[in-house]
Amino acid sequence: MSKHLVIIGNGIAGVTTARHVRNRDSEMKVTIISKESGHFFSRPALMYIFMGHMRYQDTKPYEDWFWAKNRIDLINATVQKIDADHKSLLLEDGKTVRYDTLVVATGSKSNTFGWPGQDLPGVQGLYSLQDVELLEANAKNAGRAVIVGGGLIGIELAEMLLSRNIAITILIREDAYWNNILPSDEAELVGRHIEEHGIDLRRATNLKEILAGEDGRVRAVMTEDGEEIPCQIVGLTPGVHPNIDLVQNSGIETNHGVLVNEYLETNLPDVYAAGDCVEIKAAMEGERSRFEQLWYTGKMHGEVLAKTITGERTKYERGIWYNSAKFLDIEYQTYGFVSHQPRPGETSLYWEHPEGRHCARIVYKTDSHEVVGFSFFGIRYRHRVCERWLREKRTVEYVLENLGEGNFDPEFFKQYESEIVSKFNLQNPGANLKLKRRKGLFRRLFA
Amino acid sequence: MSPIQIQKPSVLHRHKDFTVLRRSGLGLFLLGMLVLIGSLGMSDYRITNASLQASEGKISTERIQLLQPLVGQHYTSKFAALEAIEANLRNDAAINDYELGVAKFWLLKNAATGVLRGNTVLLFLLSIVLATIGGLLYILPQSREGLPGIKNNGIWFNSTMARGLIGILLGGLLIAFYIFLYWYPYYIVNLIILADPMSEFIRNLPADQWFFYGLLYTLTIIVMGVRMFVKYRHSRYHLVRTASVIFFQFGFAFMIPSLLERMNCPSMDFKNAWPLNYSFFMDWNLNTLLSSGNLGVFMLVWGIVLALVVVPVMTYFYGKRWYCSWVCGCGGLAETLGDPFRQLSDKSLKAWRIERIMIHSVLVFAVVMTTMQIVNFVSNGSLFGNYTWRVNQWYSFFVGAAFAGVVGTGFYPLMGNRVWCRFGCPLAAILGIVQKFKSRFRITTNGGQCISCGNCSTYCEMGIDVRWYAQRGQNIIRASCVGCGVCAAVCPRGVLALENGPEEGRYREVENEL
Ligand SMILES: Cc1cc2nc3c(=O)[nH]c(=O)nc-3n(C[C@H](O)[C@H](O)[C@H](O)COP(=O)(O)OP(=O)(O)OC[C@H]3O[C@@H](n4cnc5c(N)ncnc54)[C@H](O)[C@@H]3O)c2cc1C
Ligand code: SF4
Ligand code: SF4
Repeated sequence: MSKHLVIIGNGIAGVTTARHVRNRDSEMKVTIISKESGHFFSRPALMYIFMGHMRYQDTKPYEDWFWAKNRIDLINATVQKIDADHKSLLLEDGKTVRYDTLVVATGSKSNTFGWPGQDLPGVQGLYSLQDVELLEANAKNAGRAVIVGGGLIGIELAEMLLSRNIAITILIREDAYWNNILPSDEAELVGRHIEEHGIDLRRATNLKEILAGEDGRVRAVMTEDGEEIPCQIVGLTPGVHPNIDLVQNSGIETNHGVLVNEYLETNLPDVYAAGDCVEIKAAMEGERSRFEQLWYTGKMHGEVLAKTITGERTKYERGIWYNSAKFLDIEYQTYGFVSHQPRPGETSLYWEHPEGRHCARIVYKTDSHEVVGFSFFGIRYRHRVCERWLREKRTVEYVLENLGEGNFDPEFFKQYESEIVSKFNLQNPGANLKLKRRKGLFRRLFA
Repeated sequence: MSPIQIQKPSVLHRHKDFTVLRRSGLGLFLLGMLVLIGSLGMSDYRITNASLQASEGKISTERIQLLQPLVGQHYTSKFAALEAIEANLRNDAAINDYELGVAKFWLLKNAATGVLRGNTVLLFLLSIVLATIGGLLYILPQSREGLPGIKNNGIWFNSTMARGLIGILLGGLLIAFYIFLYWYPYYIVNLIILADPMSEFIRNLPADQWFFYGLLYTLTIIVMGVRMFVKYRHSRYHLVRTASVIFFQFGFAFMIPSLLERMNCPSMDFKNAWPLNYSFFMDWNLNTLLSSGNLGVFMLVWGIVLALVVVPVMTYFYGKRWYCSWVCGCGGLAETLGDPFRQLSDKSLKAWRIERIMIHSVLVFAVVMTTMQIVNFVSNGSLFGNYTWRVNQWYSFFVGAAFAGVVGTGFYPLMGNRVWCRFGCPLAAILGIVQKFKSRFRITTNGGQCISCGNCSTYCEMGIDVRWYAQRGQNIIRASCVGCGVCAAVCPRGVLALENGPEEGRYREVENEL
């Protein structure tokens, strides 16, 4: 009899595992058990459902017939207990499901910090489809929302509520937006753009408590400075943590997340974990364990794990870091490593458009001039080219002269590469770099 | 329970609020439309010797004679007038339905008197011009509200854009309009009278339904083109291509043919390539061109060069888009009037299957018809004779009018803005074959940045599941892609770019160490 692979969680990690296992092995029985939704949908697209850009069904990357056709069984239920000794799962309705191989891909949960009033009606986070439904209900009759915690989900929540003409206040602990990740120039650029949208951004402001009105719903928040901000919605978005509720007490080792090695194997045989829920143990003494709570890392976990499960034990190696996001109207892409604070031995070239909605940063080693990271706001760059430059350890001079090659903006867009190069020349007396490669209609016509 | 305290949103406090102006614009637009529809009842019909004479040139003198008994008759209802006209024309047993339709149209139009005839210019201003101004007033202030960027907020909650009641009614209205335009233009002569002053001014001819339609079409592309300028003001690609479709519609489809008519030359839309232009090889057209001296010969040669050389060569270099979303009239309307409906296209695999069968069937139909036309023309009608005429009729009815017109535009609010282009256009089929097998065009996918959100697929008017490719890091080359560039514009992660480049490796899955 063919083996039974059971995956808990139909997010990107679980689904990628299932798809790739099926690609590599047409025999194995594959089942995905998940509660939140009957089918796989794109979590990063949640905001667009609320904003009316898409319907729920538009966020599903595969049509519903896809699963049956590829013989991936779907069970829409909560797993209540893992019985690792008997290789069996207990579902909410009392049924049990036996497995030969188990993958835990249960994702994350929103953080809360025990603020007084955080359980009041009208207070919520943003992670699941149900959160979007709840927001729909909360947004009725709301005039102002207070969002606590900046970051990527906070800004998405703000954009969502903005689309319904709800006034917004964002409280951030830091003195510039997301400046624990972004260098201060970029953090300020983002902050200005947020304010440009009419959002009231309160820097260095901490939440003290959430106050209830007579109807028992949230009425206002109180900051640590004692200011009361009236509001009907409070969005709590101070980050996420691995969802390990199910795994605890099952014999599977956990710390903050489900502990796995570089092969995504847990301490138990035939039990693996992938996606947001994992904590990858440090490979070497002195290093720290890793959390990877991103869409593409979830996908990569799934791809690697599928190999291991189908008999080709493969180590997970993430490769060169990259990421992207969007802050209201400004797109953000980063490749390699750009530290939020200047690191010793590194120099960075920062260019910003006078209008303040486009900027670029190239970080390089001060001595060898080898480029270690890029970040772009309001300009699209080519993943493949930036990654090649980083892999080949190109110097900043080389990169600048060829910068046009990396430009990924649509045709006819204004190109800023020559301004970026001039900025370098200005900062480095003696340097007289010329942009050799522009992205241009003609170059590409005859390339 | 205390009522929830609602603060007036101070959000967007930095941006001006033009609600009042925009609402008035909408009001004026609707008023203009109301006057337009109202004009249908603003005439009565008096058949006089003068009105009969005015129809000469459109109808033979003998047939006009048949109407002599009606001279002096006055009708308040167009239906009664048409009934009488038809009864008299039927006295000529040889008259066919087509000729009957033409005769009824001109006889009724020239018989119209009353408020509309007396105030044509004023009513033109109060209907079409007012609707245009209203439309612009509704659209333009949006460029000062909020910041540039993709704002598809609320589209799926909107009755017009999400196939709600208003959308369905609008679809019905458009369908009805096309049915009248193609098959019963004599019921809407009053609309066409509104275009008379403009037609006289430009062409020195009275307006027929095609001039009226062309005028409306061009104005629509201009007004909704302005909407595109506003909506996509952050993206130069859209600004440039929208300017291009406006230019080709106004210049090539509207002005040049009108001026040619004014100069009594054969008229031609120089950008309308065979087989979209299915009447090009019909014998009457070939005869007209061949009997019109150098200009006619030039038109003939150009029409052939356009179809056989320009179309494939340009498509090789730039992909289908150079035509479909930069030049074409159908594409022009789809990219302007149709933009609010692009999300309604069906993305399912099933729809793709149906699409391939349908569009290639139409292509085969068009090629067979054209072959018959040419063979027939060269053999002087000896080979296929009357069959050619029959096939032309079928094609004109089913493809030219029913598909391209009624379904093509009428279904905007029901199945998206490219129903014709996707399922029916034989030129699109040819362009698509070139694009797929021999072209430098592709949509490049940017490594691993895709978050599978689905914006690209949702807003692809051709119903291409762009995400399917993007999330696998694969370039997108689909025969149907018209290169509108909207998938790239709505992608929140900068994953997609329309590019022309070397053919090698065009289909490659981008090397990506995922
Ligand atoms: C609003 C938002 C925006 C985001 N935007 C981005 C972005 O732009 N880019 C990016 O890289 N990342 C983004 N992320 C993060 C990204 O969505 C996650 O990294 C990714 O979804 C994690 O996938 P996963 O498969 O690990 O888990 P999940 O997607 O969380 O899936 C886990 C599933 O398992 C189910 N489950 C859990 N426990 C059980 C149980 N006991 N029984 C049954 N089912 C269970 C859960 O209900 C859930 O559906 C965003 C996240 C959010 C919330
Ligand atoms: S794939 Fe993109 S460019 Fe092509 S038709 Fe669809 S939306 Fe337009
Ligand atoms: S819009 Fe962009 S991120 Fe979203 S699915 Fe399409 S390519 Fe991927």
